[in-house]
Parts: sequence; C-alpha cells; structure tokens
Amino acid sequence: MLITELKNKETILSLLEGKVFVIVCHGCREIHFPEHEADALLAELVAGGNVTGSITTDYICNVDNLKLRLQRHAAAIDSADTLLVLSCGVGVQTVAGLYPAKRVIAGCDTYALPGFQGVTPLEYDCRQCGECYLNLTGGICPITACSKSLVNGQCGGAKNGMCEVDPNMECGWERIQRRLAQIGRLDVLKCPVQVRNYATDDDVK
Amino acid sequence: MRITELFDNGEFVVTAEVGPPKGIDASHVVEEAKEYLSGITAVNVTDNQSSVMRMGSLPACVMLKNAGLTPILQLTCRDRNRIALQSELLGAAALGIENILCLTGDHTKMGDHPGAKPVFDLDSVSLLHTVCQLEKGVDLAGNALVGEAPKFAKGAVVSPCSDSVDAQLAKMERKVMAGAEYFQTQAVFDSEKFISFMEKAKQFGKPVQLGVIIPKSAGMAKFMNNNVAGVHVPQWMIDELAADKEKAKAGITGVELAAKVIKECRPYCQGLHIMALGWEAKVPELLKLAGI
Ligand code: SF4
Ligand code: SF4
Repeated sequence: MLITELKNKETILSLLEGKVFVIVCHGCREIHFPEHEADALLAELVAGGNVTGSITTDYICNVDNLKLRLQRHAAAIDSADTLLVLSCGVGVQTVAGLYPAKRVIAGCDTYALPGFQGVTPLEYDCRQCGECYLNLTGGICPITACSKSLVNGQCGGAKNGMCEVDPNMECGWERIQRRLAQIGRLDVLKCPVQVRNYATDDDVK
Repeated sequence: MRITELFDNGEFVVTAEVGPPKGIDASHVVEEAKEYLSGITAVNVTDNQSSVMRMGSLPACVMLKNAGLTPILQLTCRDRNRIALQSELLGAAALGIENILCLTGDHTKMGDHPGAKPVFDLDSVSLLHTVCQLEKGVDLAGNALVGEAPKFAKGAVVSPCSDSVDAQLAKMERKVMAGAEYFQTQAVFDSEKFISFMEKAKQFGKPVQLGVIIPKSAGMAKFMNNNVAGVHVPQWMIDELAADKEKAKAGITGVELAAKVIKECRPYCQGLHIMALGWEAKVPELLKLAGI
C-alpha cells in the first residue's frame, strides 16, 4: 500500500508560477489518495483564475495512457507555465519526463505501508520516501536515481557523467543538474540544507 | 590550532594526507609523518579511504597530535548515521581535535567489504550543517548540549577537473551555505582547468587548497584516468613518465611534474594539499622544488 498526502497548501502555492494546468491521479488500487482534499485544492485554484485546465484521471504512471488522456488538453497544457501534479512520486516523474521543458510540480508526499506497492513501470521509480523532493530536483527522483540517495547534490564520484557505483548508470545528479538548467531553475539548488526524515520512510525498518 | 586562522592571516596553507593502517600498529604512520610532514601546517587522516576498512581516523589523529603534529579529522557519511557522526564529533573535540574535513564518502561497493550497508543518512552538506548546529550548542534534533560547545575549522572537498564541473560548483556553493570554511581539491594535473575552475569558485570567497598527487608511473597515470573520478592526467605527462622509466621510478619525474602544477596554480589558490600515497618521503623535496 502507498499513502499519498497533499503537501501543505502554502508550500504548493509558493511553488506555482504563472498559469497552471493541474493533473490529478486517483492512482491504482494500492494507493490511498486524498480525493476530497485534492478536489478542494483544485476548486480553489480554479477560483483563483490562474488555471488553464485540469484533468482527473488514473494510472498516469503508464506513459502511453497518460499521453492518450492528455491529448485533448494539449492547448491548455501548452499555455500553462506550470504543471501541478497531484499523484504518487512515479506519476510526477512520468509527467516530468513527458514535458522536459515545463516546470512540473509535485503536490504530494508519498509514504509506504506494508504490502503490495502498486504497478510501477520500469522507467521511473519511487521509494515512497515520505517527503517528495521532486520540486527541488526538476522532477527527477534523487532517492532512486542516485546510488547514495543524496538530497543535497552530486558526490565526487561521477566519472564521464556516470555513477561511481555503476558505470552503466548515468549519475542522477548529472541528470538533475541538466534538467534544472533546461527549465531555467538552477536557483532551486540554493534551497536550504536538506536532511532526510527516516521516521516517515518505510524503507528503513 | 585551527587552520582557518592561518587562512585568515593570508598564509599559504600546506597539508598532506596519511592513511591509518589495516591493523593496530600505527607507529610507522606516525614516524613517517614526524619525519617528512613536520614542516607543513597540518596532516589529514583519511576515514577508511576508498571504503577499505582500516583503523579509524580519530585514534590516528590523536596519535599524530601526541607526536606534535596538527591533525585534520576526515569524516565520511558512509558508515555512520547522524547519531554516530555527532557522537564522534563530540569525542574529537574532547580529545583536542580542532580541524575536520567533511565528506560524503565513497559507496561501500567500491571497497573491500562490498556487502556492507551503505549508510549516507547525512551527506557532506548536511554533515557540515550538523557541525554548525553542534557549534551553536545544540544537536541536529535541537537538543541542548551540556557545557562548552565544540569549535572546529570546517573543511570540505571539491573536484575542479571533474567532467561534471557545473554540478561540482553547485555542490560547492551548497557546502559554503552549510558552513564550509575551506576547501581541499581532488588531485589536479591540468593547471588550465584548475585556473578556469577558480575563476568561477572565487565568488564563494573561501580559501581553496590545490590538491596534488605525485604521479609514480605512466601506468598509474593511465589507471587514474580510467578509474578515478575527477582526475585527468594529460597525455604529455604520461609520455614524460614513460620516456625515462628509471627516472620516473625514482620519483624524479613525478616530483618535477607536480612542482610544475603547483607553481602554475599557486597564484590562484590559498594553499596546497598533497596526497602522497606512500611517497611521504618525497614531500619535502616537492615543496622545495615548487618554491614553498
Ligand atoms: S523523492 Fe522520489 S522516493 Fe521520495 S516521494 Fe518523490 S519520487 Fe518518491
Ligand atoms: S555519482 Fe552521482 S548517482 Fe552516483 S552516488 Fe554520486 S551523485 Fe549519486
């Protein structure tokens, strides 16, 4: 089981820039998703007048499914500066991967509960760390894309852009750096020092 | 003595590093350091370098201190969580260690216990932040310390010749934000690369010590090029090392090459950090040739 919770409203609002398109994913059967809170937030954003459109759907972790569902929203997505995604960590990464030039914001934190963890496609992985970092990393998960799960930047071990642990794997922080440069958000690297909270992480029992 | 005081006085700070033994007798490490490294400012003691299990950094630091040297405690996040790291820092301060170097550390898979659990509860940045908390008299969880707070010269590392130099600069900035007061670099063989790195790094306003390795042979240089992150020995140096094998073996070529790099980079940095890798005996000669 996974539990997805909305980040607090102030945090989400502080991350939204310009016009916003909202993607809400009610997820798979293994996820507990805060549907009512998400609906309320969406209604509030729409009332605020900055929303170009929204979609409430499921299984956005499946990229083909996601493309199909978003087809008829192409214009609204095009005219948005920010895509706000309310889903588990995999969903956000899938959207970020599909729109490499857009600012993609994770509106939720994902926690794990014992049991089946849902159907995760191979391209993206979420370890349900309980404190989603995707807003600081351009939508690339530092927990799974970095061999040391570093949350404050690259270690000294990358060689030719590849990870010191696995020369066949591109360094996750190399990807994050490139992505942030691409979306013009290198400023997020000046965020406060991050210290992980393992009290919310089911990975360490 | 905290080495930050020397940087503040505008001194060119020279350090070298030694590794504790894989065993309980560290006398030869101490003897060598006394003989060849007494003339320099301070001696780094590595922390299970390359994830190869050895005696800890702290006991070896204390032995060097008792022998009259100024040790720098290297501390990695590979093997200890935030509780153990803070505990070690308090112990170090209690034993009179005043200089530290905070590192993330190599992954456990790189060393001689590849099945060990990699910890990385903190990383170099959050470790520096933690040290600052302790210096304020509180631990990372916000609990008050009893009595006097520790005070360290807080160092960190950066890799100027990395092929990910932008990511390295971004990380350097985060380290400065988190409290790093001085930097030691990964080994530099290409002065031009170092100088252009320093053009960008000087904005952070922290002293940087040029990292130097004395190259021992063409084979070693090629090995580093293929396997060591952030290290690139230019082809002309490899050719020079290969040209006269006896001269290289005697260390003469390596010392000449390292001295050349030091001379070229000296105007752009605030100190020197020598990774002698067993050639401690050549350090005095290197310094002489480099004019330090
Ligand atoms: S940072 Fe990664 S592991 Fe943590 S919730 Fe986000 S996607 Fe999942
Ligand atoms: S090389 Fe990159 S991916 Fe590998 S541990 Fe270091 S920062 Fe993480």
